[in-house]
Amino acid sequence: MDAKNWKLITNPLNSENPITVQVLGICSALAVTVQVKPALIMALSVTVVTGFSNLIIAFIRNTIPPRIRIIIQLVVIAALVIIVDQLLKAYVYDVSKKLSVFVGLIITNCIIMGRLEAFAMSHKPLESLLDGIGNGFGYGLILIIVSVFRELFGSGSILGYQIIPEVLYQAGYKDNGMMILPPMALITLGIIIWIQRSKNRKLIEK
Amino acid sequence: MEQYFNLFIRNVFIDNMVFAYFLGMCSYLAVSKTLKTSVGLGIAVIFVITVTIPVNWLLENYLLKQGALKWISPDFAKYDLSFLSFLLFIAVIAAIVQLIEMVVEKFSPALYNALGIFLPLIAVNCAILGASLFMQEREYANIAEATVYALGAGVGWALAIIVLAAIREKIKYSNIPAPLRGLGVSFILTGLLAIAFMGFMGIKL
Repeated sequence: MDAKNWKLITNPLNSENPITVQVLGICSALAVTVQVKPALIMALSVTVVTGFSNLIIAFIRNTIPPRIRIIIQLVVIAALVIIVDQLLKAYVYDVSKKLSVFVGLIITNCIIMGRLEAFAMSHKPLESLLDGIGNGFGYGLILIIVSVFRELFGSGSILGYQIIPEVLYQAGYKDNGMMILPPMALITLGIIIWIQRSKNRKLIEK
Repeated sequence: MEQYFNLFIRNVFIDNMVFAYFLGMCSYLAVSKTLKTSVGLGIAVIFVITVTIPVNWLLENYLLKQGALKWISPDFAKYDLSFLSFLLFIAVIAAIVQLIEMVVEKFSPALYNALGIFLPLIAVNCAILGASLFMQEREYANIAEATVYALGAGVGWALAIIVLAAIREKIKYSNIPAPLRGLGVSFILTGLLAIAFMGFMGIKL
């Protein structure tokens, strides 16, 4: 793969991250990060939907009348999300229950609409597919970082496996119940943005 | 009457759209820079959510749910169309936003100018679709309950964005570490606000 296409995948991981830089798709990023497993499934679902919706829209981009493009985009996205939702219900029912409405909310996840508008409407199918996958990964990366912190400190495990040794608990260590509650997702993400921007000073807002 | 009042209070303070479920965060963070625009967007969201949720409730109960088609003929009772709900809900929301925009433009140009660009933006605000999906999940018994729920959810969202905008206006001249400015500090502020709102959690209604 040449350097230009490679950039489409790697840029959204850091300097063009959909969550921390483009401020897109935050709603679901926060709600599903109590544990790593739902976060992983969510990241995968969003990557599939961004990738394929970018691909489909890029194929038909020249035939879409500009006035009704939003509705066409929504229909494509909704159809893909229905497929993902039915697959999750069929194969990982417990996780799909945990994600509850947030699978449906992938439809209004602004990453997808944002990338369709900003990229797929004006680029070739292959590039659009890579851009979609890259942005899905960038979104997933943040989801996984946040959920690792929250599950590790909130319940002492990662992916359900105990990480913090029993000895520590006997010595008086306690899980931080605060980390499981919704507000800590916001604060963790705030701190991630802080760290990223102090490393990459170009991103600092005036 | 009392039960509706409880439902309303519950959805404004305890099950707040932003602080408990993180819905509508994108516009919540992007538009909360000044108080005036946040008030505009807040009112627009209350308006759209209170109109769309009852319509989606009707669709859910007379078209989509398992057994919902009974009113046509008993033979149809076995169909379950709920897999179509995402598509129908989003279509209803987009259509109603468009409709409201046209009606408001025609009958109240002053309100139309006040809401400005916010009306079309609301179609992709996940608070609206989120509220529809919660309505489906919680199975409200009748249309009055669904309407009160929608009003509560909308007011709660508006309250959240107005509070954040007021705080952001105040801290504009504070000495915040440069990398934290803007987005970072807004997240932490929202987190602290959410902790404050958790104080309502113990209330039994």
